[in-house]
Amino acid sequence: MRITENIFRIFVLIWFIAYSIAIIYPLIWLAMNGLKSNSEFFLNTWSFPKEPIWGNYVDAWNAGVGKFFFNSLFVTAVSITIIVLLGSMAAYGLSRFKFKGVNVFLVIILSGLMLAPQVSLISLYKMLQIMGIYNTYWALILPYVAFQLPFAIFLMRSYFLAIPKELEESAIIDGCNTWKVYLHIILPMGKPIIIAAALLATMNVWNEFAFALVFIEDSALRTIPVGLMNLRSQLNTNFGVQLAGLAISAVPMIVVFIVFQRSFVRGLSEGGVKG
Amino acid sequence: MKSFQNTKSALFYILPAFLLILTFVFIPIIFNLYYSFYSWSAFNMDGVFVGLKYYIKLFKDPVFYIALKNNSLFAIISILVQVGGGLVIAAVLEDKVIRRWQPVFRTIFFIPSVISIAVVGLLWQLLYNPDIGLINEALRALGQSELAHAWLGDSKTAIYAIVAMSQWQYTGYIVMLFLIAMHKVPGEFYEAATIDGANRIQTFFHITIPQIREMILVGSMITVIGAFKVFDEVYIMTFGGPGRSTEVLGTMLYRAAFRNDEMGYASAIATAIFLITLGLSLLQMRLAKSGKED
Repeated sequence: MRITENIFRIFVLIWFIAYSIAIIYPLIWLAMNGLKSNSEFFLNTWSFPKEPIWGNYVDAWNAGVGKFFFNSLFVTAVSITIIVLLGSMAAYGLSRFKFKGVNVFLVIILSGLMLAPQVSLISLYKMLQIMGIYNTYWALILPYVAFQLPFAIFLMRSYFLAIPKELEESAIIDGCNTWKVYLHIILPMGKPIIIAAALLATMNVWNEFAFALVFIEDSALRTIPVGLMNLRSQLNTNFGVQLAGLAISAVPMIVVFIVFQRSFVRGLSEGGVKG
Repeated sequence: MKSFQNTKSALFYILPAFLLILTFVFIPIIFNLYYSFYSWSAFNMDGVFVGLKYYIKLFKDPVFYIALKNNSLFAIISILVQVGGGLVIAAVLEDKVIRRWQPVFRTIFFIPSVISIAVVGLLWQLLYNPDIGLINEALRALGQSELAHAWLGDSKTAIYAIVAMSQWQYTGYIVMLFLIAMHKVPGEFYEAATIDGANRIQTFFHITIPQIREMILVGSMITVIGAFKVFDEVYIMTFGGPGRSTEVLGTMLYRAAFRNDEMGYASAIATAIFLITLGLSLLQMRLAKSGKED
C-alpha cells in the first residue's frame, strides 16, 4: 500500500513538473530573448544572452509599449470601478428585493452570459459611431462593462444570497435604509467575492482583443494587445525589442494574479456560489 | 421586511447595470439581424434591402464550411483536453498525496490564461517557427527531424497548431473552476468512500463527477461556446491562412466587415454565430437537466 502510494506520488509529481516546465520555460525564454541583439537572437535562439541588453526594454517602452500600457491601465481601471459598483448594486437588488418582475431582470441579465461579443461587433461599431464615442476610451469602456457585468452579477448575487439576513433586519429596525445596509453590511461581508469578480473582470478587460481592434482607430489610444500587433509590423527587424515589449505586457497580470490568487480561490470557494 | 418590497428602490439598484447590458449587449443583436437584410458599407448607412441574399450567399460560400469544420475541431479538442483532461488534473490535485502542493501547481497552470492572446500568439509563432522554433529544435534533438516542418505554414497542420496553443493557454483556467467546485464537496463523502474500500478511480466516477456536475456543465459551456467565438488566436497566428485553411466564423466575419466592406454579409455571419452559440447553450442545459432526472 505504502509503496503504491509513493509510486503514484512520484508519477504525479513528474507529470505536473513537466506540465509546469511547458508553461514556464517559454515565458522565461521570452523575457530572456528580450535581452538579446537581433543577430544573437538568430544565432543563439535557445541560449542565455551573452551580454544582456537592458536597453531593449527601454526601447520597447519608448516605441509605444509605455503609451499602450497607460491606455490599458486607464481603460481597465475605469471599467473595473464601474463593474464593481454597478455589479454589486444589481446583485444586492436581485438578492434582497422582492417585487413583481425581479425574475425577468435576473433571467435577462444572466442570459447575457451566453452571448458571444462577436455577434454585436458590427452593430456596436455602427452604434458607437452614431453615439459619437467611436475611437475614444469610452468606445471600449462601455462595451467592456456591459459584457463583464452578467458574470460579475452572477457571482456576487450567489454569494450575497448566502449572507445571513438577521444582521440586515436588525439594522433596518434600527432605522438604517437599504443604501446603508448595502454600504455597511453587504459590501464588507461580500468582499471575498467582490475581489474575485473584480480580478476575473480585470484579466478579461486587460487582455480583450476584438473590440480594441475594431472600436479604436487612433494608434495613440490603442490598448496593449492591439498595440503589440502594431509594434510587430513596426519592429519587424528587431526581435529583441519586440520580445521585450511582449514581456513587459505579460508581467502585470501575472503579478496581479499571483498576489491575489489565494483570495481569488477563497472568494469563489466560499459562500453560495454553486459548484 | 417592508424596505425590501419597495419596487422603486429595487430599481435604483438594478436598473443602471440592466440598462447598460440592454444597450450594449442585447440591442446590438437585434440591430444586427436588421442589418443582415441590407446591403450597406461602413461609410454608407443607407443600405438597400436585399432580403435573404446574404444568408443564401453564406450557405453557398465554401469558406463557411471550412470555418464550421475548424470551429467544431476547436470545440471537440477543447472538450477532450480542457474538460476531460482538466477534470483528471483537478481530481489529482485534490488527492492527498499531492494536495500540499496544490496552490503552487494550480497557480502555474493558471498563468497562461492571464496573459494577453497577443503575447501568447506572438510567442507561439516563434515556437512554431520552422528554422529557429523550439518545437522543431526539440524534434531534431529527439532524432525526429523528418517530423520538423513549418507548423503554421502547412495548411494540413496550421489549425491543429492553433488549437494546441489554445489548450496550453486555457486548460489551467478550467482546472481552477473544477478545483473551486471540488473544494465544496463535503469531506465526509470521501471518507465514507474510503471506508467502503473504494479506490481512486471509483471515487472519481461515483463521488467527484456527480458532485461537481454543475461546474462540469459550466466548464463545457465555456469551452464549447468559446470554440465557436474564437477569433483572436486565428487573427494573430495566421489570419485564416495558409489559403483559407484556418478560417473560423470570427475571422470570416472580420474579413467581410473590415477588409471587404460587406457589412450586410458580416451581419449575416454574426447571426449564424448567434444561432449556433444559442443552440449549443440550450442543448447543453437540456442535457444537464435530463441527466439530473436519472
